[in-house]
Amino acid sequence: MTMPRATRWAGLALSIGSLVALAACGGGPVPEDPGGDETAESVDFSQRGPITFVTGKDLSGLLQSEIDAWNKDHPDEEVRLIELPDEADQQRAQMVQNAEAQGSEYTVLSMDVVWTAEFAANGWVVPLPADQMDTSEMLPATVDGGTYFDQLYGMPVTSDGGLLFYRSDWLKAAGIDAPPTTFDEVTAACEAIKEKVSEAKEADCYGGQFNKYEGLTVNFSEFVDSSGGHLVDDDGNATANSEGAVKGLTKLKAMFDDGTIPKAAQTWSEEEGREAFQQGDLVFLRNWPYVYSKFEGEDGSSKVKGKFAVAPLPGVDGPGVSSLGGHNYAISAFAENKGTAIDFINYMANEEEMKARTEKTSQAPTRTAIYTDPELVRQYPYLPVLQQSIENARPRPKVAKYGDVTLAIQDAAYTVIQGNQDPQAALDALQAKLEELLKV
Amino acid sequence: MKEPKPRRNALSDGQGRLAAILLSPTMVVLVVIVGIPLLLSLREAFFGIQEQVNPQTGRIARYEYFAGLENFTRIFSNPQNVIGNYGAIDRVVNAFLNTTFFTIICIAIETVLGVAMALVMSKAFRGRAFVRAGILIPWAIPTIVSAMMWNLIFNEAGVMNRLLDQHILWTADGPPLFWAVVIADVWKTAPFIGLLTLAGLQTIPAEVYEAAKVDGASAWQSFTRITLPMVKPALVVAVLFRTLDTMRMFDLPAGLGGFGKYSAETLSMLSFMEAREGRYGPAAAYSIILFLFIVLVSFLFVKFLGADVINDEEVSAIRAQRKRQRSLHRKSPNRKVRTTVTSGDMP
Amino acid sequence: MSADTTTATEVSTLARPRRSAKEWIARIALIIGMAAIVAYCVLPFYWMLVSSLRLPSMGRSTDFLPIPMSVENFSAVFAAQNNFGRALLNSVIVSTTTTILTLVLGILGSYALARLRFVFKGIVLAIIISTSMFPGVTLLIPLLKMFTGRYNWFPWSWMNTYQALILPSLSFALPLCVWNLTAFFRQLPVELEQAAMVDGCTPGQAFRKVILPLAAPGVFTTAIITFIAVWNEYLIALTFGQKTEMNTAAVAISKFTGVTGYDTPYGTIMAAGVIVTVPLVIVVLIFQRRIVAGLTAGGVK
Repeated sequence: MTMPRATRWAGLALSIGSLVALAACGGGPVPEDPGGDETAESVDFSQRGPITFVTGKDLSGLLQSEIDAWNKDHPDEEVRLIELPDEADQQRAQMVQNAEAQGSEYTVLSMDVVWTAEFAANGWVVPLPADQMDTSEMLPATVDGGTYFDQLYGMPVTSDGGLLFYRSDWLKAAGIDAPPTTFDEVTAACEAIKEKVSEAKEADCYGGQFNKYEGLTVNFSEFVDSSGGHLVDDDGNATANSEGAVKGLTKLKAMFDDGTIPKAAQTWSEEEGREAFQQGDLVFLRNWPYVYSKFEGEDGSSKVKGKFAVAPLPGVDGPGVSSLGGHNYAISAFAENKGTAIDFINYMANEEEMKARTEKTSQAPTRTAIYTDPELVRQYPYLPVLQQSIENARPRPKVAKYGDVTLAIQDAAYTVIQGNQDPQAALDALQAKLEELLKV
Repeated sequence: MKEPKPRRNALSDGQGRLAAILLSPTMVVLVVIVGIPLLLSLREAFFGIQEQVNPQTGRIARYEYFAGLENFTRIFSNPQNVIGNYGAIDRVVNAFLNTTFFTIICIAIETVLGVAMALVMSKAFRGRAFVRAGILIPWAIPTIVSAMMWNLIFNEAGVMNRLLDQHILWTADGPPLFWAVVIADVWKTAPFIGLLTLAGLQTIPAEVYEAAKVDGASAWQSFTRITLPMVKPALVVAVLFRTLDTMRMFDLPAGLGGFGKYSAETLSMLSFMEAREGRYGPAAAYSIILFLFIVLVSFLFVKFLGADVINDEEVSAIRAQRKRQRSLHRKSPNRKVRTTVTSGDMP
Repeated sequence: MSADTTTATEVSTLARPRRSAKEWIARIALIIGMAAIVAYCVLPFYWMLVSSLRLPSMGRSTDFLPIPMSVENFSAVFAAQNNFGRALLNSVIVSTTTTILTLVLGILGSYALARLRFVFKGIVLAIIISTSMFPGVTLLIPLLKMFTGRYNWFPWSWMNTYQALILPSLSFALPLCVWNLTAFFRQLPVELEQAAMVDGCTPGQAFRKVILPLAAPGVFTTAIITFIAVWNEYLIALTFGQKTEMNTAAVAISKFTGVTGYDTPYGTIMAAGVIVTVPLVIVVLIFQRRIVAGLTAGGVK
């Protein structure tokens, strides 16, 4: 019995042994994080050669042809497109994963405006050289969105601002001349409409994005920012339980409680609200400009074609303040050929390309001139209103731990909307969490 | 060697070596693909990161330090109350309860349904192919598509509410979300148990049933006395693997409700969310806690449901025999007292 | 066969007069139960099918029939920028290779575990299954670091290669395969092999010619389950196959985009779901029928 015992061990020794050997490896030298001592000047922008462009989605259908045109002119500096999944969350996860692995696979990143602080603070993207990026003709709010600690990290290429879509036919029938500028006026307008317009009897009043996701942060912030408060003030301090903030959240809850906002909106992101409005089930809808072409659609899916109009967002006290959206192009710190990357970003951000993309999609451009282009304004009559919305827009908190911050904000708003907590208590809790998170 | 040998087949010599040769490819692959990454991420669990912000540039400098058990203790010492299905309780406890209840409920339904599916699929009748196809479909649809499909169905303005004539907010944070996840998970994975059980059913010789019938066994009797015991090995493996999967459930609640909905948040999601925010230490700590929980559950599972895979009569026979030999050796004259006690233990 | 039939007829003749109301209820309950199971499985798929046949702009309609019917979603799946054909090919390559590798390794390993005698069997089995107990998402980042060449003990760059898609997939396929087949092989009587060896077969031959065919339902089921699991795998494929040319079908579907940044192209995604699901089910059915028919001819009650 003794001899086979040795062989019996063999199978196990093989597996366990290698695991143990690995444990030793695992504890060995592991590459350290890059640290924060790099400066803007130390970035090498001279390298040229092939690069990749990483983006979530090509909405315009133009992207590949734009890249092809670039590649034709720059045969030695070819750009390869890497498309990421449709969902913003997954796009970020992919970019972060690659940054963590310090892979050189990604060069130019199409970065959501709210990721700027995180990517910059962690050193995943490099500051862009001020002398090579011309942002003078862009909307200042969008440039601010790409800036972190006074350095530009992301070149603003698209922007976004909230708009109020409303049933102009119903308002007119109810004898209301101008769209509401406050939420009280919204409620009042709905009452009048329901009384006078039989078609609107069953319709809900106001819709927005109140599911528990980024859209809730956007919508809730707009309530707070238009009540004279902020969740995070201009100096980056948490002010989530300030008087204005409590007022904003109280108003939001009141609108859910009195049915101005339908209960179903707890599950609404952009598309659910759009469909409700398009079906004629809503009087007012807060949404992004993209819905415009859907409402005006020729294919018969829209019941509101020609029956709606666009206005600036309403607010709690006076006019509303939109949260700023959009995407900026940044350069991965671990990529090669950053010189080519700079040129490519400038190419994508030039007026001609941006105008062509705006024409194809309804995405908001960042260049001021495009908003007043007569041809485009004819195509998208809301452009002047949008420009106003973006100019007055407030960026969401610029913090490195944005993921935690936005979840904390959503926690507070959602629990109040659901009736589990009162606004003051929820915001006190939020304030405590934000103070902790904003330390870094 | 003189003892009567336990039952042996002709392969009895050099079995250990042959086993090592046959098993080594599997072990090597698992070590490279799971073992190494596992150890690398285990390491993370015992390290912390100190962050320092440069006030001029806003850049964060990170210093890694050995944190010992800090990542673990912080999970328990720093309760974050959330409101899910169980009132306001700590987020980790909430996720732990969700994971547990998802597992118990889903596995119970899936097992019953899976066995029923296997029985249906094994029956001979016209149109059996269509029934088989129908049962296979849920398992064959990519999760990413089926999550989207259930989203469509459970939408507030979706077809489920239309059929029920209700306005249930399935995808809002609340008990309906929990049940929506259960419905979608059972739908997707009961066929998995069904397929594996069906394979087990097919190895039961028809004669056994015929004999039972002749003996006057009722359908229920032949199900409980023949079918169940004979498919048990296959069924136990299927249910065990489903249990492991359900305890790590992550994509379905995330796909249906999104992150941060506490009534369907699982431990895996917690780990994922920590990793997503770059906190690999706590993420690994959560993973280890979940891992230990799973190990415990599978241990109990194998112990009580007796996965025949592990119980090896021969090996236990050898062990018993060796024990006997050893005690026989000890039965030397100068250790009389001891022996009496030991031999008293022997059967 | 004929004897069988007679018995069955006899039994049913004998049983007929005694078929009480209770039995009828049981029968009907059985049929209803079967119908309910099938309905539960098929109705959501029906919804998928219906949604895919709507006009793209009506993706979220709740009408029970797709009126007007349209195949626009299906052609949209194959639009040039989606590269869906290539993605399907990748899925076939990755799933097939992984399945074959899993089966080969798994059969060898589980034969050892089921038939050979060695003391640490329990521990080996425990190690194998424990690799299925760690949350998969936690393992991705170390693997990504390995495959991008961050560690000097792994000097290869495996990003965008088939091996980077295939090998990590083994991590979830192999444990199930080993456990499942071990359970199967163990159920088959050892005497069969012994008899074959008495007849002059080597142990290898005995295994190949006697045990393997008998365990075919188990082997084949494991193959189906592995194939489908890999076919539908998403996170690994997304992380390691970043180039468009290396995307699998599941990854390609996740990149379907609407016309704007906010709309999900439900119709197109559902159509893609139908495209990747239906052929799979058909192929499985054809194969399974053959194998099962060969094995249990006449045995199924």
